[in-house]
Amino acid sequence: MTTVQIHIPDEIQRRYRSDHPLRRTGLALFGIGLLIFVVGATGIFSTIPLLYSLLSLGLATTGALLFIIPGITERKPGIDNDGIMFRPMLNRKSVAWLTAIVFTGFYVLLYWFPSSLEHMVVASDPLSWALRGKAADRWFLYGTLYTLAVLVMGARMLIKYRHSRYHIIRTLSVMFFQLVFAMLLPSILQLFNQPEFYFHYFWPLKYDYLFPSKITFLLENSTRLAVFMGFWAIVMAFIATPILTYFYGKRWYCSWVCGCGALAETLGDPWRQLSDKSLSAWRIERWMIHSVLVFITVVTLLLWINSATEGAVLGSFSYSFSRIYGFLIGAMFAGVIGVGFYPLMGSRVWCRFGCPQAAILGLIQRFASRFRITTNGGQCISCGNCSTYCEMGIDVRWYAQRGQDIIRASCVGCGVCSSVCPRGVLNLENGPVSERLH
Amino acid sequence: MTQTRRDPDTLHVVIIGNGVAGVTAARHIRKGSAAAITIISSESDYFYSRTALMYIYMGHMTFEQTKPYEDRFWEKNRIDLLRDHVTHIDADAKQLRLASGDSFGYDVLILATGSQPNKFGWPGQDLHGVQGLYSLQDLQRMEQYTRNIGEAVVVGGGLIGIEMAEMMHSRRIDVTFLVREESYWNNVLPPDESAMINRHILSHDIRLHLSTELEEILPDSRGRVRAVKTKTGEEIPCAFVGLTAGVHPNIGVCEGSPVTTGRGILINRYFETNIPDIYAIGDCAEFISENGTRGRIEQLWYTARMHGESVAGVILGRRAEYDRGILFNSAKFFDLEYQTYGDVPSDVRDEDSLYWEHPDGTRCIRIVMRDGVVTGFNLIGMRYRHQVCERWIHEERPLTYVLEHLGEANFDPEFSHQFEDRLIGQWNERHPDQAVHRVRRRGLRRLGTSAYRHIRENATS
Ligand SMILES: Cc1cc2nc3c(=O)[nH]c(=O)nc-3n(C[C@H](O)[C@H](O)[C@H](O)COP(=O)(O)OP(=O)(O)OC[C@H]3O[C@@H](n4cnc5c(N)ncnc54)[C@H](O)[C@@H]3O)c2cc1C
Ligand code: SF4
Repeated sequence: MTTVQIHIPDEIQRRYRSDHPLRRTGLALFGIGLLIFVVGATGIFSTIPLLYSLLSLGLATTGALLFIIPGITERKPGIDNDGIMFRPMLNRKSVAWLTAIVFTGFYVLLYWFPSSLEHMVVASDPLSWALRGKAADRWFLYGTLYTLAVLVMGARMLIKYRHSRYHIIRTLSVMFFQLVFAMLLPSILQLFNQPEFYFHYFWPLKYDYLFPSKITFLLENSTRLAVFMGFWAIVMAFIATPILTYFYGKRWYCSWVCGCGALAETLGDPWRQLSDKSLSAWRIERWMIHSVLVFITVVTLLLWINSATEGAVLGSFSYSFSRIYGFLIGAMFAGVIGVGFYPLMGSRVWCRFGCPQAAILGLIQRFASRFRITTNGGQCISCGNCSTYCEMGIDVRWYAQRGQDIIRASCVGCGVCSSVCPRGVLNLENGPVSERLH
Repeated sequence: MTQTRRDPDTLHVVIIGNGVAGVTAARHIRKGSAAAITIISSESDYFYSRTALMYIYMGHMTFEQTKPYEDRFWEKNRIDLLRDHVTHIDADAKQLRLASGDSFGYDVLILATGSQPNKFGWPGQDLHGVQGLYSLQDLQRMEQYTRNIGEAVVVGGGLIGIEMAEMMHSRRIDVTFLVREESYWNNVLPPDESAMINRHILSHDIRLHLSTELEEILPDSRGRVRAVKTKTGEEIPCAFVGLTAGVHPNIGVCEGSPVTTGRGILINRYFETNIPDIYAIGDCAEFISENGTRGRIEQLWYTARMHGESVAGVILGRRAEYDRGILFNSAKFFDLEYQTYGDVPSDVRDEDSLYWEHPDGTRCIRIVMRDGVVTGFNLIGMRYRHQVCERWIHEERPLTYVLEHLGEANFDPEFSHQFEDRLIGQWNERHPDQAVHRVRRRGLRRLGTSAYRHIRENATS
């Protein structure tokens, strides 16, 4: 007896490719914008920054929006996952690999070959002058691209999930934090010659915020704002984070505020189903994420010991240790792999396997939080939609089909399992800790 | 029918059928014993979720993702899987004959062979391009038959019919949906709910033909379906016909064996057939009726699961009579979710039910009562808590109590609009003498401790 193979022929894909005129125009504009952006690397546009900016970033953004907008009329509000498993881009076929290489390549250039981006940085010059009163650098270009991705793909989320107020509100939230807290506020701070500071990032994700050098710089600063920043860093890391997580679970941060979460929930959403749901992946996840947490905690402690002893005990050891962390985790993991591998391993590789912030929030969520995903009695039909679309690789169905609540350290509370469940089985809820059903 | 008590650890339990019934039985027998367990099934190597067939076709999931357990789960739990078809049961020798030619012995046999699609002898029902939807092989055929076609017809106004319509709609195939009744699924849904679904089907550009019966299916010169003809003589051209006029128990395996069958394999409330050590569970079983009425057949996912759990108890020596408890179910019609708890007759009288419908016509709440006591709920476009509804029905709560506490039952996601107040407002307007006030809104925080305890006690495993 032969094994049953459900073979979906390639021509099926065509039925899902929309030929809406706006889509085609959008795709063309996006392509042209991207091309101009890349050609700019040669430096031929360096003397005309505004035009370069409009023709590259401007055109690509407009194109992407035009591509997205027909979604409003093409399908009625409701879960729209038709054809996802047939699309090469979403199923690790060659286009997906290509995209992953492009993403990864960009991060490699950004971190280790910045001179290659020298002329492309010009594309963000006009915006940089307008916001910060100075020329752009590669980090400003990166921030601009990042924010544009969150806003444009955020618009896509708003359309895709327009039937769900939960998704609308949380998507608006990540768009807001990315635009205001990650982009505008730090720029304005620079305009007024204040220290660069991101109010929505805390130790250990923004690990240097509790490094002795940064904290002493802020607290011993002459401006009141800097002192406030120092206090903010400490209070958020040690007091606000545990309290908020106790009440709402880690989602208040991971899928509402955090910039990495913002990108994952917008740009990364089309690839969410690629996360590995196996038990072995879960085992690796727990090892890795907690190791990173230990790593950064040790680095931070060493730096403080070093600073307290004025280098007498450790010499420059703690600095090289912190540089290793910055290279391995801060750059390699969070950037290159975290975003670069979206098309191969799903949108939350970094959040799941590497983020020390997620590790801390996860521990609180697992052991001392009012948050859980409640299972609605016996309604589960074990279909598997919830597990398939969990970006964190949680096998939600395993719990749902036994009537258990889902209480997992990694759950970022995106709420997609609850939306895709065709039987109304799952609900994100806050309630007494002791009443969670394991 | 009484069976001698043996140490379950020494038994070889053989289960025919790796659907949810058979697999649940195996899991629970494993939990409670060291018995040898073999599941024989001809459809697939591993248990997959039949309810997810539509999502494979629509590209929401791959076949792999419909398997509720990783492949290595079975070996780890020492449940042997055998891919073969059982052709004959030799009850005297306790041997099974397999399609591969082998024989297979058992100490205890559980029949969990599921259902088969009904066919009513329509002319042309076996043409190329005509089929029902039950198994993986059906899905495979559907994939081939519907490749690049433009028009299809679905016959039968039940849950699988609307699923097939939605499946093909997702591939941009024009679907005509023939429903014999004058309104969709109105043998189950009261008129208001049924009308709401009719409207929803139409809004998805499905050509819904109500009160329409199939006369025959017409072939082209190559033996493929070309069109269907209705009883009124109308011809509808199509390249595919989905027949979804219900299912019946799959009892073929009992042929030539002494196991008695009616419509299904006949069992008592302990899942015992007339032959010692042979049990039947899930869709294929028919409970012998005690008062001469038609025996009950339960064809649902959760009842199959409950059968599996209960039969494991019986085999492990915890012989308890099966009680399926208060009925519930759910479905999704395109984008409309439907949940039901307790008893909601399709012909419920107006004075026995309270019905509220959202002005946009895509959500409703119906509460059914008998002698002032709440007996059932229907929800469309809204989610209610299973445990809370069940508790109220079980405790025979009066309508006014249920209305006051309705927020406890609401299971909709955070931030979604809540409509209990509107239902209560409608009640108060019509019954000013019995006006009620809502005491709770949605959310666990607002659930009383007693409700919590109840939810905890009812958690299944
Ligand atoms: C498309 C579809 C959608 C559904 N959706 C829902 C839903 O949303 N909610 C709900 O409650 N119910 C739903 N149902 C019904 C539900 O799936 C069934 O009630 C349930 O699967 C029955 O489980 P079972 O274990 O009794 O049988 P099955 O799942 O049918 O398993 C029986 C297995 O035994 C095998 N078998 C039979 N005879 C032999 C033999 N002689 N030798 C070897 N193997 C054999 C069959 O091949 C089959 O694999 C749906 C059914 C279908 C077809
Ligand atoms: S999506 Fe819903 S019904 Fe399907 S397995 Fe998950 S909880 Fe169960």
